[in-house]
Amino acid sequence: MIYLKVEIKVGLKEGITDPEGLNIKKSLKLLGFDSVESVEVKRSYVIEISGKDEKKIREDVDMMCKKLLINPVIHDYEVEMIK
Amino acid sequence: MLFGSGWGDLMDRSEIKICVLRIEGTNNEDEMYYAFKRLGASPELVHLKDLKDVFDYNCLMIPGGFSAGDYVRAGAIFASRIRAKIANDLHKFIDDGWPVGGICNGFQVLVELGVLPGFKRMDYPDACLFLNNSARFECRPTLLKHENKGKCVFTRNIPNGEIMLVPSAHGEGKLLLPRQKEKEYFDRLFENDQVVFRYVDKDGEYSGYPWNPNGSAHNIAGICNEAGNVFGMMPHPERAYFDKNKNGFSGMNLFESVLKYIEEK
Repeated sequence: MIYLKVEIKVGLKEGITDPEGLNIKKSLKLLGFDSVESVEVKRSYVIEISGKDEKKIREDVDMMCKKLLINPVIHDYEVEMIK
Repeated sequence: MLFGSGWGDLMDRSEIKICVLRIEGTNNEDEMYYAFKRLGASPELVHLKDLKDVFDYNCLMIPGGFSAGDYVRAGAIFASRIRAKIANDLHKFIDDGWPVGGICNGFQVLVELGVLPGFKRMDYPDACLFLNNSARFECRPTLLKHENKGKCVFTRNIPNGEIMLVPSAHGEGKLLLPRQKEKEYFDRLFENDQVVFRYVDKDGEYSGYPWNPNGSAHNIAGICNEAGNVFGMMPHPERAYFDKNKNGFSGMNLFESVLKYIEEK
């Protein structure tokens, strides 16, 4: 049995307009940060989890994403194992 | 009630049990409850934890609000909890033709559950109600055109082409379909008579913002599944139940339609 800390970063798929990011970009520009080219909003979940091995944990994380954390129509996600 | 061909053909209205399902953060359950109560049916406010058997009811309604604080995504947590508790029963309930409706957050829940647009049975979403293009909570009356030709059991009492004023109040109401299948899916929605309401302007034309509050493609405000018994819409007919402002539309028609369907089922 191993214990791991896993970070899941959920972002929008390419081509999906991100109104939140656009809004933040606009506000940053209004604050004088003229050099801002784009803003992308991502959500990160840090999960502590135990499992038989890393492979099993990765499978569980994928299921978590599929069942709750992402909507496959708009989201992509990356998983990082933090030991 | 005694009409139709004789005794027993129609269900008595007071026997029609409506499950208005709630969890923490739903906030339109009372309007939904009274919409059915005022029409003589027997609605019940049921917390998901207290739901014993969905087949105790003739109709399942998911009210608006901010279920579970809209954490993760609007409706996602409510949907996952429904899935964990009654997934198989819910599919059977739908297959048996019992009506399931969701308004505002309820629509988001039905989409997250994968039962709308419901092209095939799946346990993950096949569509998304995403952030409004304005990135704001849009809260005001919107004009809707009823476009269903009779498939949706929730709107059979409303004439096709009728335009009505219904309040909208949502931050995530833009209907998105999978990009690679977008055209195919929208074509199917229209061909199958699954499009129920579309936002229009004062001349009845499909217009952009602010008439379309969220940027939904084809100005879609509400859809149903292929069988017509699962229905979701973003605006709130239960908040326009009485035509107090004399707009010529009362949300009552929508609830009357579904009760009539159950009576005749």
